[in-house]
Amino acid sequence: MVSETHTTSLSQTEQEAEWTTIIRPRHPWLHLNLRELWQYRDLVALFVRRDFVAQYKQTILGPAWFFLQPLFTTIVFTVVFGRIAKIPTDGVPDFIFYMSGTVCWAYFSACLQQTSRTFVSNAGIFGKVYFPRLVVPTSVVISNILKFAIQFVLFLLFLAFFYYRGAPVAPNLGALLLPLYLLQMALLGLGCGILISAVTTKYRDLMLLVEFGAQLWMYATPVVWPLSQVPEKYRILLALNPMTSVIEGFRQGFLGRSALDPDLLLVGWATTLTLLLCGLVLFSRVEKTFMDTV
Amino acid sequence: MTPVLKIEDVWKQYRLGVIGHGTLYKDLASWWARLRGKEDPNAPIEFSSRSNGGGPDRLWALRGINMEIEQGDVVGIIGSNGAGKSTLLKVISRVTGPTRGEIKIKGRVASLLEVGTGFHPELTGRENIYLNGAIMGMKVSEINRRFDEIVDFSGVEKFIDTPVKRYSSGMFVRLAFAVAAHLDPEILLVDEVLAVGDAEFQKKCLGKMRDQATGGRTVLFVSHNMAAISQLCAKGILVSDGAIAYQGPIEEVVQTYMDKVTEDLEQEVVFPDRPGVPASFTRLCLLDEEGRKTAKFANSSNVTLEIEFMVREKLVKDHIFVLLDRSDGLLVTKVSDDDFGHSPPEIRYPGRYVSQVRFPGGILNEGAYRFRVVIGKRRAVQYDSQACGFFQIEDTTDYRESCFGKRNGAIMVPVEWRHLSGPTDS
Repeated sequence: MVSETHTTSLSQTEQEAEWTTIIRPRHPWLHLNLRELWQYRDLVALFVRRDFVAQYKQTILGPAWFFLQPLFTTIVFTVVFGRIAKIPTDGVPDFIFYMSGTVCWAYFSACLQQTSRTFVSNAGIFGKVYFPRLVVPTSVVISNILKFAIQFVLFLLFLAFFYYRGAPVAPNLGALLLPLYLLQMALLGLGCGILISAVTTKYRDLMLLVEFGAQLWMYATPVVWPLSQVPEKYRILLALNPMTSVIEGFRQGFLGRSALDPDLLLVGWATTLTLLLCGLVLFSRVEKTFMDTV
Repeated sequence: MTPVLKIEDVWKQYRLGVIGHGTLYKDLASWWARLRGKEDPNAPIEFSSRSNGGGPDRLWALRGINMEIEQGDVVGIIGSNGAGKSTLLKVISRVTGPTRGEIKIKGRVASLLEVGTGFHPELTGRENIYLNGAIMGMKVSEINRRFDEIVDFSGVEKFIDTPVKRYSSGMFVRLAFAVAAHLDPEILLVDEVLAVGDAEFQKKCLGKMRDQATGGRTVLFVSHNMAAISQLCAKGILVSDGAIAYQGPIEEVVQTYMDKVTEDLEQEVVFPDRPGVPASFTRLCLLDEEGRKTAKFANSSNVTLEIEFMVREKLVKDHIFVLLDRSDGLLVTKVSDDDFGHSPPEIRYPGRYVSQVRFPGGILNEGAYRFRVVIGKRRAVQYDSQACGFFQIEDTTDYRESCFGKRNGAIMVPVEWRHLSGPTDS
């Protein structure tokens, strides 16, 4: 056994400063090593590239799939909710109403579902090599932005089409807030995803709830119905669901019609940040030892 | 010399069996039952006998490890299976966290616990080099610089732009190792990865490891290949049952390990029944020239290995192979039951068989050896393989007049000297 001799010339903190990494059994509550994440930014980029490329290699339609998904979903919604159920859409043509909802929702849903599988689907690689575990959910969120961009272009094309046909759509400066909405969706998807991810390392059955839960969440959000249909006093409750203000905000900016209100935005952000914080705390507690239980 | 790695009283505990009870529902049920003071409905019926402190379902894989590695040390970590060597590497490389204690590291750590981590089958070799390199900690600029070297080392230049799923397993391993071999960390951890690839490639890898080791880099090397470890490492650490049993110069550590190993010599070993397999071994034992079971032999005496095996499905043209290993991992010889003019039965019908193979004495040097037996066809098909315990070849003075302890060398054969000429007496 090697006996430890403390050199008296260096103080404890000075000695500690020599070491680049100190591994301890317990972290403080929130151990967010953003500097390390930044050091691994190359890896994040490569993961993004891998996810994007691997998805459509060897498919016939390739990247065209990214167009077809929102298109088909919107068509189905238009037929079912617009024509059959005849749900009002704020005076805006229902096709573009539904498309605005699905394009945003698709991004959030993808982020949520993919990040919630972080530990489980990467157990192999996590068990063999170390890199900051947050790299994986971060790369998921970024690679989905690329897919969102493709779908957003499609949305803009249809928007332009409706605009020039004289439909009552009024894109305005509110559209410039898009990056903010994207950020919120990313943080929300990341937060909820890593929260779920941390919990499902021990309890795999919760994973089955995620897909189902995401579907329910969609119907609780103004994706296929406008917030204006809800009586005003209840809107603040619905705003606890951050996606409410995101989608209404998106519609406000691009379509000019919504029931958006600064209060709702604030509530939405409050929820988002709370969930993100919880997610990060749980994630950092689990990431050291999840390999023993996953 | 500056310490680059310091491990202070590190303990690592694993929980055995299914963690929790596998589903949230069951855990809630257990919790509710405990709350009501009733018996836990999901508790396992019997306790595992592997409890060594901490409860029936907990195992201390590492116990109070204290270690200090200085810059430039090339350290071999050896120990029997399950001693905790791989766990130690995993904890140092942050794949999992310690239960107690601290680890202090200075510099970048790269660990080769597996070759080809993160390779994606749809991506090309080129893309995978970048991905794998980045996963191991290299920056893209570094990979760019060393790209040509890596491709050159791997030998898959022609296929660098085809998806990796089309590679043969050999190519895959060569590419993966090529990336790993060009990492430039301050501390390198290597876990048995040299056991891959063909002989030529293994030689290349060993050479590369040697370069890394002599280049002033700190290397921790876990392996069962005593020969490789003795060559590459200057210091050694013997891990046994989760604790450090011995530290020191590599020769001493290897010797201590081998002494421990040969402490348990076995003359007979019985294997459990394996009903689903076409053929399996049931018993191996060692006999001396009088047919008695023994585990110690003089080097002049013949060693007979008796093999008992069960055949469950008719075997056609299957063979028994016997391999003789020395305790440090060297394969001394491999023989088959149709060598040297023997004709084993071409068809073996189901039933119990006993065969004996006699190794002539007067060849092997002192030391501990072990037989391994395999039954199957030449290359592809192996129905069963087992090993017997170690047995000892002892030096007896019927060969040598002087006895100054063990002579080095693989074999000890009776040689003949003839002194033909010399100066005549004056």
